Amino acid sequence: MAVSFEVNGKQVTVEVEPRMTLVDCLRYQLRLTGTHVGCEHGVCGACTILVDGEAVRACLMLAVQAEGCKVVTIEGLSNDEALTPLQASFRRHHAVQCGFCTPGMITTAHALLSEEPDCDADRVREVLSGNVCRCTGYISIVEAVLDARSAYRKP
Amino acid sequence: MRNSFVGSPVERREDLRFVRGRGQYVDDLCPRGLLHAVILRSSVAHGRIRSIDTSAALKLEGVYAVITARDMPGSPPRIAMRLQPLPEFTPFEQSVIAATKVRYVGEPIAVVLAASVAIGEDALERVVVDIEPLRAVSDCETSAKGDRLLFEEHGTNCAMTFTAACGDADAAFKAASHVRHERFRTGRHYGLTMEPRGVMAEWDAATSRLTVSGAAKVPFFNRRILAKQIGLPETAIAMVENDVGGGFGARGEFYPEDFLIPFAARHVGRPVKWIEDRRENLMAMNHARQAEVDVEIACTRDGTILALRGHAHVDMGAYMRTNGAVAARNIAQFMSGPYRIPNIKIQSSLWMTNKAPVGTYRGPGRFETDFFRERLFDMVAKDLDIDRVEFRRRNLVPASAMPYPMPTITPFESRDELDSGDYCLSLNRCLEEFGWADKAKLQGQLIDGRYHGLAVGCFIEGGAAGPKETARLEINSDRSVAVFIGSSAVGQGVETVFAQIAADALEIPMDRISGVYHGSTGYVSDGYGAYHSRSVVMGGSALLDATRNLHDLIRATASKRFGCAPSEINISEDRIAGPGGVSATFADFAGLTAEGFFLNKKHTYTYGTHAAHVTVDAKIGQVEVIDYMTVVDCGRIINPMTVRGQVIGSLVQGLGGALLEELLYDDQGQLLTGSLADYLLPTASDFPKLGAIVTDMFPSPINPLGAKGAGEGGIISAGGIVANAVANALTAFAVEPRELPLTPQRIWEMVEAGRPALTKASAQP
Amino acid sequence: MKLPAFEYACPATLEEAVALLASRDEARVLAGGQSLVPMMAFRVASPSLLVDLRKLSDLRRITIDNSGVRLGAMVRWRDIEDDARLVSAHPLLEAAVSHVAHYQIRNRGTVGGSIAHADPAAEMPGIAVTCDAEIAVVGAAGSRVIRADDFFIAPLVTALATEEVVTEIRLPAWPPQRRWGFREFSRRRGDFAMAAAAVFYDVDDTGRAYNAHIGAIGVGDRPVRLTAAEAEVTGKVVDVAVSERAGAAASEAVNPHDDIHASGAYRKSLIGTMVERALQSAAGVRVI
Repeated sequence: MAVSFEVNGKQVTVEVEPRMTLVDCLRYQLRLTGTHVGCEHGVCGACTILVDGEAVRACLMLAVQAEGCKVVTIEGLSNDEALTPLQASFRRHHAVQCGFCTPGMITTAHALLSEEPDCDADRVREVLSGNVCRCTGYISIVEAVLDARSAYRKP
Repeated sequence: MRNSFVGSPVERREDLRFVRGRGQYVDDLCPRGLLHAVILRSSVAHGRIRSIDTSAALKLEGVYAVITARDMPGSPPRIAMRLQPLPEFTPFEQSVIAATKVRYVGEPIAVVLAASVAIGEDALERVVVDIEPLRAVSDCETSAKGDRLLFEEHGTNCAMTFTAACGDADAAFKAASHVRHERFRTGRHYGLTMEPRGVMAEWDAATSRLTVSGAAKVPFFNRRILAKQIGLPETAIAMVENDVGGGFGARGEFYPEDFLIPFAARHVGRPVKWIEDRRENLMAMNHARQAEVDVEIACTRDGTILALRGHAHVDMGAYMRTNGAVAARNIAQFMSGPYRIPNIKIQSSLWMTNKAPVGTYRGPGRFETDFFRERLFDMVAKDLDIDRVEFRRRNLVPASAMPYPMPTITPFESRDELDSGDYCLSLNRCLEEFGWADKAKLQGQLIDGRYHGLAVGCFIEGGAAGPKETARLEINSDRSVAVFIGSSAVGQGVETVFAQIAADALEIPMDRISGVYHGSTGYVSDGYGAYHSRSVVMGGSALLDATRNLHDLIRATASKRFGCAPSEINISEDRIAGPGGVSATFADFAGLTAEGFFLNKKHTYTYGTHAAHVTVDAKIGQVEVIDYMTVVDCGRIINPMTVRGQVIGSLVQGLGGALLEELLYDDQGQLLTGSLADYLLPTASDFPKLGAIVTDMFPSPINPLGAKGAGEGGIISAGGIVANAVANALTAFAVEPRELPLTPQRIWEMVEAGRPALTKASAQP
Repeated sequence: MKLPAFEYACPATLEEAVALLASRDEARVLAGGQSLVPMMAFRVASPSLLVDLRKLSDLRRITIDNSGVRLGAMVRWRDIEDDARLVSAHPLLEAAVSHVAHYQIRNRGTVGGSIAHADPAAEMPGIAVTCDAEIAVVGAAGSRVIRADDFFIAPLVTALATEEVVTEIRLPAWPPQRRWGFREFSRRRGDFAMAAAAVFYDVDDTGRAYNAHIGAIGVGDRPVRLTAAEAEVTGKVVDVAVSERAGAAASEAVNPHDDIHASGAYRKSLIGTMVERALQSAAGVRVI
């Protein structure tokens, strides 16, 4: 069946089987490989994307459920010219090692900071507890997210 | 230009693509004509294959082929061991695909090639495999009985027994004034990586060349194995290392799929890609850590350790994997750790069981053996009424004793020795940073419903495995220099760390290092990869040699151009100058390339101390890690940010192994922990307060960088530390943990067993 | 772990949804998908048809009035979090929901989905039973209301007919002076409960408890009220001693199975501790 939705600001229409998950649709049909697949059962968070501004697990959504939605992936949260403040903070704090969980972490952190720019460390940890990282041990990731808050606060 | 990139917290270059989602992992590759491979895996732990009927699967639309052992000429090739390849292990090697027998749930039986993974999985359900079940060997005890054999023709399930020995342990025990005997166990868990495994193979029939993507850890070794198995010269195979989502010892060894996918690609003449899913990963990526030990320690009354004696039994799973012997050997060889123990006799027996085969996981054997040893230390210190810190201080190998010989391992190993360091200094620093003196009064206290406990322990981590590494430098036409290295990336930041080393050595700005190209077989003549914390030492030292060789080559080339002697050439940041004012820039030498090597037969020993403060809710067995400090000396710090990241990351994995992670099987060999809802990984909210201080006070004498490997120390102490801290907290209940992981239930059971003692004690006036 | 094939429909009305569910064997409702899709990924569920309720906006309402709190079946955990009225309108619901899963799941998972999925270790079914909720459903035979106590039958098994759709969960009105407590123990934050206790009681002029409700989550085939524990509380001023006796009665009353995360004996002890602590929390006499 045909599904139409917006991805990173662009309207797309794809032809999918109902059983295709949104993450597979993004990765294989739209060639947006920044979103990663780590478990396919909704635990690890590597597949986190934004749907209508909210962080969701793309492995638990069917592509057909994205009809009419606004989807944003890590590619839509990036640009060629410079790192965003959140990305720069991840780099500054060495919050990245193998990079596999990173798009999911950044997308989740972006969703959190967009809604709660004054969140504290406990809240950051609570929210990120749905994103598994095997490399960093999380300390630097939490530091990076906290350090990026100022960029999200209204002037 | 004198640089000092080495030692600086340079931000990582690879982050520029990772934070944008522009990494390229093997599943991101999709060449035209790609077929997807899906593996049919045994659902029976032990059995004889009677028949495999693929006809129904082949009828499914979108299924291209189903490959079984029948499609391989002769019998399917076997996977030879890479490390410690003793002839005794040969009977236990794994075949790339099951032909007559299956020996673990998850063992590959067939490979379906389909237009999509989904169709491939539909096809799996249609392949009919008839297996005559045999009684499963589900643990070491059953394995040792010997009435159920995994390899009938071999007559035993015991693949080997290693012995680590020095001095005369038996005599020391006879003469000792205090002996403590205990049994301990560590639970099965593994180096789960966020990116599951994947292999993509492309066969170019016109040139008879095979390109394999998804290589990691040891691409050159794996090429060697594959070439033999598939009947191609090594030069006809290119192993390509893309971005790799974690290694930890588990990813990158040669697995059955590393043959099956290239074989499939050549068999059907189309590119084939296999991407492991998490369900498979849990049952088929190398397992690790499951061991039990019967161990005793002999001391004098004043707490000087005289001897260690014991026998460990390691649950190896169904086959000897390429590096399967390492952990078992390490349990024996490194039980003494950084401590001076003059008489040692530790045996380590490897038992085959009907479970997923075992390989290495960060700090292999060391996590287990440090748990055994540090628990024993706390128990014996209590027996002798000696302060636990003092007991350790008294027995650490002193700096004056370096280099200090490790016990000899038989069979096989060459002698090893602790290289350099002042272990007491690190112990003292850790106690100070942690605030041990202030916290000490909390030990065993019940405050606001929780019991408080402390622990301290020391470790060594081995690094810099030889024998060799290769690096190559090449000058580009824009004056930049490209670095090619035989080391592999597993997320540890090689593209930055090697750029730092190269920039310093070449005395050029870092932005003139155009890139660090790692792992793939096309980059250098002879690479050895990333394992045993060797990349910085081996790759970094090879890079220094390559720099010297490049400079020599520039001088030789310039001397011909300028018509002078090579010794008259001066190389500075961007000028190559000869006598009489003649000069050129790097751009004029574009295309020049030089390789360098580093040979090594000795290991480095990074070392340090961990200290922890935990609280326990005794009524439900819940442990909270309140504070944790580790001090590590790694000889030479190349990038303080990345090395701290390694320590913290490694530590959290260790805490996972101590408290959360366990792969459980039932007595039929069925894997019970089949998803991430059951196999519990640490998350951001589990261990919020951890500290790491990395020092570089004692460079290694065995390499020009003075570096020691530093990826594994964080994990090594965690099990022993957590268990000792819990024991300390629950002293009132006489709780003595002897098994990991320390689940809430296990703690609760020990507390309940200890309640009568508590009631009695508190009833006294 | 790709999903098995199925047909997909996205009806615009509830009647259509029911008709679609009735039209096939093995048709299932798709709400948030946070429980169903993982089961399909492991191929332990292979529905022939998924009926997506995403267009049924009537099911997204949270209504609070004198009769109590009514949660439309498609109300998400996030919607409950965002609705400030619920902090006072139903603090026990609010507290329990804060334990559910993780950030991303809370943006998709629904109360109706959780109720229909009926995992014995899930918070929402436990709250429904503890609070005497009613579950409104619509099916081929029309609409009916099922008492929570009758709704949950066994793990993942409910009283729903195959074509019935949960439309609303109705929680009775919550008096402002009510005492309540919720204590859960899970291995990690957001995991399913190893055991959890949801408790509330009202207090008379002498400070004694009545109308005690003590619900146990994760210690049986379905969430249950622990009447023996409730009896320990009724008519008493709740203090530490009362909480301990109630906890003991709670342990006594349950017989959980062993599973890979915990033995029955451990869970038995755990629920006692959770009840004890939830009561202490309710009474404002926190010990831990």
